[in-house]
Amino acid sequence: MTSRAVFRAMLGFYMVLFFGFLFGPLVVMGATAFNTPNYPQAWPFEGFTLHWFADLADDRDLMDGIWNSLVIGLGVVALAVPVGLAGAIVMTQIYWRARGLYYLVVVSPVLTPGIILGISTVIFWKDVTTATGVKALYDGFFMTILGQSTFISAYCMLIFLSRLQRFDRAQEEAALDLGATQSQVFWHVLIPFLRPAVLSAALLAFLASFENYNTTTFAILSDTTLTTVLAGRVRQGTTPAISALAVIIILVTLAGAIAYEVLRRREARREAAAAAARQAEENLEGGGRVAAATA
Amino acid sequence: MIESLVKGLLIAAPFAVVAVFWIMAVRERRLAGNPGARGFFQHNGVPIGIFLLLAVGFWAVVMIVLPQLYMVDYSFHPKLPPKDYGGPKDHYTLENYHYFIFGSTTERDALNTTHLRAFFLTIVCSIVVTFVNFCICYPLAYYMAQAAPASRVRLLMLLLIVPFWVNEILRAFAFRIIFGTSGILNNVLMALGVVAEPIDFLGLDVGLYTGLSYAYLLMMMFPLYNAIESLDRNQIEAARDLGAPWWHIHLNVVMPHAKPGIASGCTMVFMLSAGALAAPQILGGPSSLWFTPIVYDRFYQAFNWPQGSAYAFILLLTCVLFVMAVMRVFKVSLGEITR
Amino acid sequence: MSADVELDRVTIRFGPFTAVRGATLRIQDGEFFSFLGPSGCGKTTILRTISGFLEPSEGTVRIGGRDMRGIGPNRRPTALIFQNLALFPLMSVAENIGYGLRVRGVPAAERKRKVDALLNLIALADQGGKRINELSGGQKQRVAIARALAVEPDVLLLDEPLSALDLKLRQHMRNELRAIQRRVHTTFIYITHDQGEALTMSDRIAVMNAGVIEQVGDGRTVYDNPATPFVASFVGENNPIPGQVAGAANGMAVLETPLGRLAGRNPGGLSAGQAATVFVRPEALRLGEGAAEATFRATVRAIAFEGNLSHVYLKGPAEKDIVLTVGRDASSRVPQQGETASVHFDTRAAVVLAARP
Repeated sequence: MTSRAVFRAMLGFYMVLFFGFLFGPLVVMGATAFNTPNYPQAWPFEGFTLHWFADLADDRDLMDGIWNSLVIGLGVVALAVPVGLAGAIVMTQIYWRARGLYYLVVVSPVLTPGIILGISTVIFWKDVTTATGVKALYDGFFMTILGQSTFISAYCMLIFLSRLQRFDRAQEEAALDLGATQSQVFWHVLIPFLRPAVLSAALLAFLASFENYNTTTFAILSDTTLTTVLAGRVRQGTTPAISALAVIIILVTLAGAIAYEVLRRREARREAAAAAARQAEENLEGGGRVAAATA
Repeated sequence: MIESLVKGLLIAAPFAVVAVFWIMAVRERRLAGNPGARGFFQHNGVPIGIFLLLAVGFWAVVMIVLPQLYMVDYSFHPKLPPKDYGGPKDHYTLENYHYFIFGSTTERDALNTTHLRAFFLTIVCSIVVTFVNFCICYPLAYYMAQAAPASRVRLLMLLLIVPFWVNEILRAFAFRIIFGTSGILNNVLMALGVVAEPIDFLGLDVGLYTGLSYAYLLMMMFPLYNAIESLDRNQIEAARDLGAPWWHIHLNVVMPHAKPGIASGCTMVFMLSAGALAAPQILGGPSSLWFTPIVYDRFYQAFNWPQGSAYAFILLLTCVLFVMAVMRVFKVSLGEITR
Repeated sequence: MSADVELDRVTIRFGPFTAVRGATLRIQDGEFFSFLGPSGCGKTTILRTISGFLEPSEGTVRIGGRDMRGIGPNRRPTALIFQNLALFPLMSVAENIGYGLRVRGVPAAERKRKVDALLNLIALADQGGKRINELSGGQKQRVAIARALAVEPDVLLLDEPLSALDLKLRQHMRNELRAIQRRVHTTFIYITHDQGEALTMSDRIAVMNAGVIEQVGDGRTVYDNPATPFVASFVGENNPIPGQVAGAANGMAVLETPLGRLAGRNPGGLSAGQAATVFVRPEALRLGEGAAEATFRATVRAIAFEGNLSHVYLKGPAEKDIVLTVGRDASSRVPQQGETASVHFDTRAAVVLAARP
């Protein structure tokens, strides 16, 4: 075989190993969801069943955990997206001498282990609530949302920053020049431009919050989220209902990824059509059609 | 009392820093005489300006800086019943750090071998996991970034993303299914007659290390991919034309260019591994000691919050030192590490 | 009076660099006024200062008699058409045009009326719903103008709007802009580096160089009676012949030049001994012998036939060639390359200006 072919074969072999390693555990876990034994078993396969999926619906704790995770996720989106946006805008305006320190501070949560964010959040608010007497703030939901948002806002900020870099400042000036106030410029020109970034930041924030464990497990106090329930179950031993949940998550993710790809293809097609229309217009323009139209 | 004074200083410090920079900025603007310069509230308008100030202020000060300062401060307090804080028994002390090293708050005749061993093991294993992740991911990252056609890249991206969105706990769970004493690996080995009794993979930490190598693959993959993708293909072609062998090209052309991506990936994987909580709790054998679960136990088993804070601070310092070391070794800046 | 734009000793500095120095002029209400000059001469800076994006370091900008200091761009009675147009890509054509009205709280029905009227004005009558990225270059241009006109500004400022268009479109748009300006009677302040544009479109022109306004006047004045050597060379083609003033009388001056004694009008009142340059336009030069101090001889370097006229390039006293324009119907024959030809001109068409220091 030629060295090219050898190379190809090695590449193929590597890819098989890689994706086998990547998907293998998931496939195994998926298999246990359909297997009859009471504990997760992938092999030998004793019988096909779907009742673990049905069991999920009856699982009170799990459902509570999912609901709490949803609520917290929405809370994080509501907090992290605006904060990330503000962070990005300030980054573009901040006094140059302060920029390095500012960046260091706001990006540090990304490089900080999650449990430290959880621990520090709890300690801080415990202190604040005892000092001020406002007991209500020492609450699992409140602190989890804050703790998670600490680093998720940084992710959102990075998304907004990269989108902001492509913003044409002249549009802001044009709007001002036409009489808009600064607030109007913000809402009419900047936010619509950032809309794709807002959507991806919101989605990222929600997903990152939903699957978070390290920070949550400290900040949630006595409440539960899906991840803490799962962690408890897995450690104590569980039925394959958990595997059934995993299968559902995988299917939902796959559906989401496919939907995203479809939307992306549609958008690309629309862009191409607009470009073609514009080209046709320009071709006509050079040939004096304009003169007739403006007579 | 000195504790209250320190606490007051800690609270005031961030605001002082902001005030200093603000004043410097205003002064510089006045003196520079730039015709187009406008102040913060002039540039953004008052309502948006207030929003920006409050949002960023709350985030930077109340969410990021102050909790960290409080945690560090707390680690220097002794363990007391809640009502005794701020009282006469409360004083600054190193006893929590003392405990980490010597296993007691006062005696020095023995070392806290359990915790110290766990700490160093965690660091070393995290470094190994990082390295293993890099070796696993680099070929595919390179292939996707430089060699594969665009449609295949998108497909591969899709395949990579799907496992990523499965919860880390479920992923650890999957490994437990595989490596457990009645797990699939043991069942297959016994059925094939390779072993007579199940091997305690979990007890040997094999499950843990495999699980950790698996968990953060994508945190290594994406920075690598982005970094390699930005390399101009012509450089590789040129090197190949000059007769350089493939390993030479990778060492001297691709990797130097991909330095920020490598640094980013390594930093994230190390930090996530060292700070991993779920995987060690789920996959660790009874004798396995991973540092982060130990920190967790300080809080919820020993109920010693100041001590837990001290341990957390030690973990934080380690990660900070690691990041700084990576930045020094790879000669990258902070901005390049955070994609 | 209601919308005169006045610059009163305006100086604009960026740190150590002075972009505009001591600019003083008054633009009449309803004028089509151009700032003409090379890149970097400060014309864009002046435009942005009138719009309100920059504050002068010294001096005052007044519009309609009101001092504009401290008044932001959104509160000035001006509208700016940016060089890259800066249309809002996420809004439709109609929404773009109507934006200024929207932020002023004009109700939707009235907005629609005005926008439709403007769409008619710019000949895009039923295309209000189109997206910006579907428009061609010329159409975008017209939408930008309509958007600015919608707020009925006292002063419309245009920042080299035609520089990105191709030649044919540019020439068409020149006429169109002039026609629109006449129709709406708004003061137009136009900046460009293209002197042909400035001459065809403007009522008056301010010629700028390196931050200084060298001359203000209508096209004919600036062309026939340039005040400085820069204006003489920048506006249209010109032949500078350097020398020293030998004598001056009756508004004329005679120069000793490497090509001999040449005379021209002396608007600056130069006296004997001063270093000066006499400027003669290519179309003012004629082949053949002429009056004593209005003739010189030079070698023909090259001849360029350009259809309705030919350019004859003669070796001049400096590195630059002397250019002479010969029409198709010239009575004298066009000389050959290498020949030494006699060239003469009417001294009243020549201008003597002090040499650049």
